Amino acid sequence: MKKLWLIIPLMLFALFLGVAAYQLTQPRDTLVRSTMIGKPLPAFDLPGATDDAPRVASGMFADGQPRLLNVWATWCVPCIAEAPQLEELAKRGVPIVGIAIRDEPEAIAQFLEQYGDPYAAIARDDIAEVQLALGSSGVPETFVIDGKGIIRHQHIGDIRESDVDEIYAKWEAAK
Amino acid sequence: MTPFPLLAAAMLSLSAPIAGPAAGQMTSSAPLANTQLADAQQEASAQALMEELRCLTCQSQSIADSNAPMAGDMRHQVRSRIAAGESPEQVRAWLVERYGDYVSYRPGLDSATWPLFALPVLFLLVAGAILFRRLGRRGE
Repeated sequence: MKKLWLIIPLMLFALFLGVAAYQLTQPRDTLVRSTMIGKPLPAFDLPGATDDAPRVASGMFADGQPRLLNVWATWCVPCIAEAPQLEELAKRGVPIVGIAIRDEPEAIAQFLEQYGDPYAAIARDDIAEVQLALGSSGVPETFVIDGKGIIRHQHIGDIRESDVDEIYAKWEAAK
Repeated sequence: MTPFPLLAAAMLSLSAPIAGPAAGQMTSSAPLANTQLADAQQEASAQALMEELRCLTCQSQSIADSNAPMAGDMRHQVRSRIAAGESPEQVRAWLVERYGDYVSYRPGLDSATWPLFALPVLFLLVAGAILFRRLGRRGE
């Protein structure tokens, strides 16, 4: 009986090793999801894509029309990959507002010319303040904002062809 | 704090241009990303908080330790909010509200984390009880 008591620490250690070994074989999920889903879009007022373009503010979102809010950048390679999918969503009638992170008007113009312009409006967020307020941790990320200005869905990473229907459905559901 | 902050900063600044794909996002242009606050006490509390906040793009570093542009933008948020009179805990709460507990290196006490605080106390009590019994027995 006394001997059994002595091997308990060893058993605990073996259990710990087992759990650690199991976790090592599991794929690691490094995505940091926003905890802003279901909450109102944070208030913002940012300059447009060029210096003479109109400013883009959070107020435009609460007009009854659901929209996509696409956090992207011209220096972001996956953003090039998702450009055709954004184009497809725009073609299906989804209004897309872009927020370009740490970007330049010239670079934005060049990007749009090269890869297409699916955006209803583009804002420049030079210090990622709106990105941080959204709980977004990288580019590209796409949020579905409903007609009341509530954040309904977050898609992390580039939108693949296989994601288009799901995002369209989330947009439809936000109506 | 890393043991060699200067060395770490030098290594990071050397590696950053190789890691990034293009010039645009290399550094944060936020005014307070790399500029200390004039008020030394505010800067000290901002610095202490930055050591406890996770860099979201380089997840094993704090934002104080990281040269990533996003870490710079987060430092700007911390400094500007503290300069505006917010307490460090208010700034932490602002980030936790957006990113969840993961963004903070200092775990709060809740239904998921209580064993973290309770187990050491339990271990101490058990060890104390064993010691007490052994020593007590010897004294007899």
